[in-house]
Amino acid sequence: MSVLIYIENTDGVLKKSAFEAASYGKEIADSLQCDTVAVSIGNVTTHELEKLGNYGVKKVINITNDDLKTFVNQAYAAVITDVATKENAQVIIFTNSFTAKGLAPRVASKLKAGFVSGAISIPVITENSFQVKRTAFSNKAIATVSIQSDIKVITINPNAFAAKEVEGHAEIVNFEPSLESKDFGTMVKEIIRNTDKISLPDAEIVISAGRGLKGPENWGMIEELAQLLEAATACSKPVSDAGWRPHSEHVGQTGIVISPNLYIAIGISGAIQHLAGVSSSKTIVVINKDPEAPFFKVADYGIVGDAFVIVPKLIAAIKAHQGN
Amino acid sequence: MKILVCISNVPDTTSKITFTDNNTAFNNQGVQYIINPYDELALSKAIDLTNSGANGSITVITVGDSSTEATLRKALAIGADNAVRIDSRPLDAWYVANQIVEYAKDKNFDLILTGRESIDYNGGQLAGLLGDLLQIPSVSIVKGLNVINNEATIEREIEGGKEIIVTQLPVVIGAAEGIAEPKIANMRGIMGARTKPLDIIASTMVDPLTTIVTYEAPPVRGTVTLIEEDNIDELVSLLHHRAKVI
Repeated sequence: MSVLIYIENTDGVLKKSAFEAASYGKEIADSLQCDTVAVSIGNVTTHELEKLGNYGVKKVINITNDDLKTFVNQAYAAVITDVATKENAQVIIFTNSFTAKGLAPRVASKLKAGFVSGAISIPVITENSFQVKRTAFSNKAIATVSIQSDIKVITINPNAFAAKEVEGHAEIVNFEPSLESKDFGTMVKEIIRNTDKISLPDAEIVISAGRGLKGPENWGMIEELAQLLEAATACSKPVSDAGWRPHSEHVGQTGIVISPNLYIAIGISGAIQHLAGVSSSKTIVVINKDPEAPFFKVADYGIVGDAFVIVPKLIAAIKAHQGN
Repeated sequence: MKILVCISNVPDTTSKITFTDNNTAFNNQGVQYIINPYDELALSKAIDLTNSGANGSITVITVGDSSTEATLRKALAIGADNAVRIDSRPLDAWYVANQIVEYAKDKNFDLILTGRESIDYNGGQLAGLLGDLLQIPSVSIVKGLNVINNEATIEREIEGGKEIIVTQLPVVIGAAEGIAEPKIANMRGIMGARTKPLDIIASTMVDPLTTIVTYEAPPVRGTVTLIEEDNIDELVSLLHHRAKVI
């Protein structure tokens, strides 16, 4: 029996969320009294994979097959299912990334496993029940879900669990999967990355702005603040609808739901749909000229005033802080 | 092109979310229901792809009781040709996927469109489950889709960018923002929707794999600490020393 963790990498470097998933899996493995096994697909060095040993992973199944260099949903799902069966996995953990959103349900389907996406707690496991909490109604509620199937699939949100270092060593086992041509129905033609930007779903700090900025030409100070804090930029729905910013930056109920350590909202009033997407951020700072803006009700820190005055002051203050 | 669009009937985005029956069920008292916004984008894309039905047909399907029919009629008013309601409560994503597969498996749809997730349960499972059960490709979180002859070119969202994927039809797509502009029903559409077919189909026996045991409200956040705009150094200091986030 084991807990299996699917480990994601970007160009051969393990994502921070991979270590979070490892620690999450380790906690489940401890309560089930079994080992944590990881599976990695792609060109990741042994040295990089060995880092997982410090997060409780006992064994890493390493798949470097050339046909799996780019993401092929069906083939990846078949390979992970194969590994899960060989390792007798009871629980399979993914990070709730864009890739896993496509992959995890296919793996769950193959194994007839109950699947909980976006878990926010460690499961409570007793002899006859397995329950885990997740957000529902777009962050406006928390649901406790019971999984009845023997095998369980869970995705966890990036940043929701802290990775915990432990003493340990991971054995790296190379694995040559058997692939079938029917699983190569899709082909990646091109990958386009905004290399100068921090990825929004993974970001620890997010600087977000709304209609209060008056126009796309005023985003320079938002970008500058983001760069200073190594933060991702985001926006409200009216801003992306108006085409001031791309849809990929829209956070909220119908956009991306995020939970960074720090969310700074500038010129966003805080409509219920927007709050749904950001209310699980650890610290929220709101800058708005309207003292009645609903966003202040969920903020930790607030400044009432004009963004065009405050943001440059904030940039100067952070520069001074970083200079010390 | 023959397209199936999966529709979820969800509370309006401004709804107050409360629960009944000892916090085991959503309280739908006074709640307005709408087409799930992502499903609406999927339907809008289907209308674009069929050139408003001139080059194909659009079937919308939902798993739900009779209260979901208003939402299906709205989908017909926006531009679907016919609607199917599988007469059952949607017990979980696995249950819903199997019901839709039972209907779709012998109908040769070229394209199955779903929203990336519903805004009530937010599972985001359907596209992947349908793809696996029907043994065809599926792509979740799709912000662009083009179909020429039998080949689909798909823009998939990835962290910090996008991926361009090509595949032969049939394929299942989880529609996200950017895939299409939402369409609005006009008067002619609303009148026409009344006479378009809406079939009710009995459900098949499938055991759900998950159950929601209980709901709770999210934790209440503390009260805001207001800082004067002339005192921004204090904010930076609080973020550094107290919140420890910078």
